[in-house]
Amino acid sequence: MNRVRNPFNALFNEVSSVQEEVSRLFGRANPFTHAAPAGPPLNVWEDDQALYVEADLPGLDPAALDVTVTEGNQLTIQGERAAPDIKGAVWVRQERPIGRFSRAVTLPALVDADKVEAVYTDGVLKLTLPKHEAAKPRKVQVKSGQ
Amino acid sequence: MSDLALKPNGTTPAADDARAATVAPRVDVLETENEFLLLADLPGVRPDAVDVRYEQGELTVHGRRHDAAPAARRPLFGEYAGSHFHRVFAVTDTVAADRIEAELKDGVLTVRLPKIEAVKPRKIAVRG
Repeated sequence: MNRVRNPFNALFNEVSSVQEEVSRLFGRANPFTHAAPAGPPLNVWEDDQALYVEADLPGLDPAALDVTVTEGNQLTIQGERAAPDIKGAVWVRQERPIGRFSRAVTLPALVDADKVEAVYTDGVLKLTLPKHEAAKPRKVQVKSGQ
Repeated sequence: MSDLALKPNGTTPAADDARAATVAPRVDVLETENEFLLLADLPGVRPDAVDVRYEQGELTVHGRRHDAAPAARRPLFGEYAGSHFHRVFAVTDTVAADRIEAELKDGVLTVRLPKIEAVKPRKIAVRG
């Protein structure tokens, strides 16, 4: 990262990268600043009934999002983010990824693909994937023997 | 000096949860004849949880995520953390501070920084 202020491009400079250095020290650096991401970053939770997947996908048209579950545990999220279309604009800085992306993960449990729900709010895709009956925890009654 | 805080400024956002991680949002900056345009990815941030300030030539963007998972859910894996977005830019002094506008939609913040009249391109009539 170039930390020297370039006098020929002083229109919109980052003020301080101290925070970035501190972040790096504590392992909190934004991992997406330098590498083009292979797909959206995911967070996954579970409870007894379902798996919950959230993906950061800011600035997308929900209609351009494609979520599929195959074989009960293969989740694929695909889509495309368009470049900002502003007439006569010149780029000063470009960090936000554009174009097609695809992310495929193997879920840790079988889910009921017919009952998957997807909601897109505030740039976050939230999936609720109800677990397949076979994957739900079952309480086993222990009988007392003689 | 202009204060574009989109929320009533009681406590500083960082004081809400001092231990929450802060990450730098990815940002695009574009320039047209009449304005600068800053686009920042702030997924999971609602309009009332973003703070845009322009002060002494510096534009500060601060957003706080609202999406906290219910306690009953057990995290399995996480690739993003941090409930705060923060970034500061030094902006050219040709910006009309009193006309800066900000809008947040689908997790993307758009800040419009109009140029002052003096620096806008002008067509000069040539007399024959």
